[in-house]
Amino acid sequence: MKYLTEFRDGDAARALARDIRRLVTRPWNIMEVCGGQTHSILRNGIDQLLPPEIRMIHGPGCPVCVTPLETIDRALSIAAIPHVIFCSFGDMLRVPGTHRDLFSVKSEGGDVRMVYSPLDALQIARDNPRSQVVFFGVGFETTAPANAMAVDLARRQNIANFSMLVSHVLVPPAMEAILQSPSNQVNAFLAAGHVCSVMGYWQYPPLAARYGTPIVVTGFEPLDLLEGIRRTVRLLEAGEARVDNAYERVVTEQGNAPAQRLLAQVFEPVDRAWRGIGVIPQSGWQLRAPYHAFDAERRFAVTGIHSQESPLCRSGDVLRGALRPNECPAFGRECTPRRPLGATMVSSEGACSAYYNFHA
Amino acid sequence: MPDPPPDFQNWTCPLPLRDYPKIVMGHGGGGKLSAELVEHLFLPAFRNDALAVLGDATVLPAAAGRLAFSTDSFVVRPLFFPGGSIGHLAVNGTVNDLAMAGARPLYLSAGFILEEGLEIAALSRVVDDMAAAARLAGVQIVTGDTKVVERGHGDGLYINTAGVGVLPEGLNIGPGRAQPGDAVLLSGPIGDHGMAIMSVREGLSFESTIVSDCAPLHELASLAIDVGGDALHVMRDPTRGGITASLHEIARSSKTGVLVEEATLPVRPEVRAACEILGLDPMGVANEGKMLAFVTAHKADAVLAAWRAHPLGANAARIGTVTTGHPGMLLAKTVIGARRVVPLPIGENLPRIC
Repeated sequence: MKYLTEFRDGDAARALARDIRRLVTRPWNIMEVCGGQTHSILRNGIDQLLPPEIRMIHGPGCPVCVTPLETIDRALSIAAIPHVIFCSFGDMLRVPGTHRDLFSVKSEGGDVRMVYSPLDALQIARDNPRSQVVFFGVGFETTAPANAMAVDLARRQNIANFSMLVSHVLVPPAMEAILQSPSNQVNAFLAAGHVCSVMGYWQYPPLAARYGTPIVVTGFEPLDLLEGIRRTVRLLEAGEARVDNAYERVVTEQGNAPAQRLLAQVFEPVDRAWRGIGVIPQSGWQLRAPYHAFDAERRFAVTGIHSQESPLCRSGDVLRGALRPNECPAFGRECTPRRPLGATMVSSEGACSAYYNFHA
Repeated sequence: MPDPPPDFQNWTCPLPLRDYPKIVMGHGGGGKLSAELVEHLFLPAFRNDALAVLGDATVLPAAAGRLAFSTDSFVVRPLFFPGGSIGHLAVNGTVNDLAMAGARPLYLSAGFILEEGLEIAALSRVVDDMAAAARLAGVQIVTGDTKVVERGHGDGLYINTAGVGVLPEGLNIGPGRAQPGDAVLLSGPIGDHGMAIMSVREGLSFESTIVSDCAPLHELASLAIDVGGDALHVMRDPTRGGITASLHEIARSSKTGVLVEEATLPVRPEVRAACEILGLDPMGVANEGKMLAFVTAHKADAVLAAWRAHPLGANAARIGTVTTGHPGMLLAKTVIGARRVVPLPIGENLPRIC
């Protein structure tokens, strides 16, 4: 497959790993921000090719993992309302709320449907004019443009029975929050390639300069990741705190301008709680006033939500990079992919699930 | 040779039922409508001497030696998909279960649960598909049953089939028999059926149509038995859960480790592309016309050559090895040469957000 198989070549991967071993002279902690990168690192065994000096820290970039429990509980309550068709991406279905997940709501008679695009949910709304169709709009800047387009289309085409439960999160504020944390151990970042394909990477140079932290825009295939790590190590060893783009075939500095315009039109920044981490200022998006009519949170005034995290779950420490998944006392004992205590054990992008599945 | 005398006893009208274009509750009532369904739809399609007797039970000659007996239910949605239908699946599914036990499939039963409102034309197509699949697999459908449930209580049509087959003397295979050093052979590209179903069910459209691999495996199985001989230890058709689920089960039952080389896995480009888009691992996607065989390494090439000479095994490949290390676990050598544990999915494969 073009642009894919070339980036999975074993010989080229080993050559890059040799290069990294040659460059490195001391221990470095590198955080891959994106959950898709965590998944790829562990699925392909890239961590096994790296020298012991390089420690990869898995960042908070899994949308399933960081969606607040309160939002999940709200989604569960809305999905259980009669005449609501609740549409969601597949891997949100098994995320545990305080008492249950969306699969349970479905088994109890709720109309919960898995879709691949918010535009599919919009079509379901057109086809079922007597039902209320709600789409669970979660994710980072990558999923946001399609969600923005769905809400904008609903408004322009007057599809009144459509609404969206929005819990979007943004990468750069989270990176800054990690760097500001007194217990921060991160020396450099692999920036999330697909987020940058939408947003560009013009936001990062001030961050790199202010915190003395190299940031390398990185893709997802084995060679992309190794090349990103190689460039990061080079900057770290040279003491250069700047931004580099190792995902040139997809990412430009300015990003996708039409997508950014639509995002600015539909969403506005808001302080957002991240599950297991806490509130990060201006780290989320909510619908702007002209789109409030399509805000599921406003349309369905659900009350009586009392969210309660499992006291054993330390996913917050994992998401901050302060704890490796298998260092958590509940890991593989009280908490497994079959009975997850926290979202990091649910999503295939979640660090705990990736560790549980791929580490022998 | 003179023509045989006219036989009105076994004559049935070949025309489809016309009075009701759809299934009504009366078709399950045991009266005239039920009888018409049997006489005009099922009997002409499945026609064979044992079925024509229409007794409460079908009486069959007893075979010497050992029998294999299996049952499976089919609830696929949609009923028709690129490359097949629930009818093909219902016959091939049970035929393949028997074949994987090493048996030569002989007879099937067919139970139908029809939903009120099902188009009789659709039922007729399904039944014709079953008949065609049975002919291809060399089995007879010798007994059956039909029930009708109210509208809203079924997905149009559910089918259960059960089947019996005879085992060759002395054959000793099973998932617990895998042995360290065995070669793991796969009869062709994986993931076709699962992605074909997903592409129509979820309304995903790809540039090229992905076609289900639904097929009977009894011939590939008998090639493996004939060529492999005592060196053949396990046969398995990796259906739901894909080769991941099958290999897990074999590793667990035999208390050995299985190591798969990802680079050797045959996957069609369009299936791989669809899996990439949805974030699915082709190893976990369903097949309906592929089989795995575990054979002692020195017989691997001979079995592969026999398979490759058969139309259903043209792309057969050796995909892995049985190890003494990591008993009960499935490991994969990744494309970049590292090793990973291949997990058994919890339930459904869930496509990822991004």
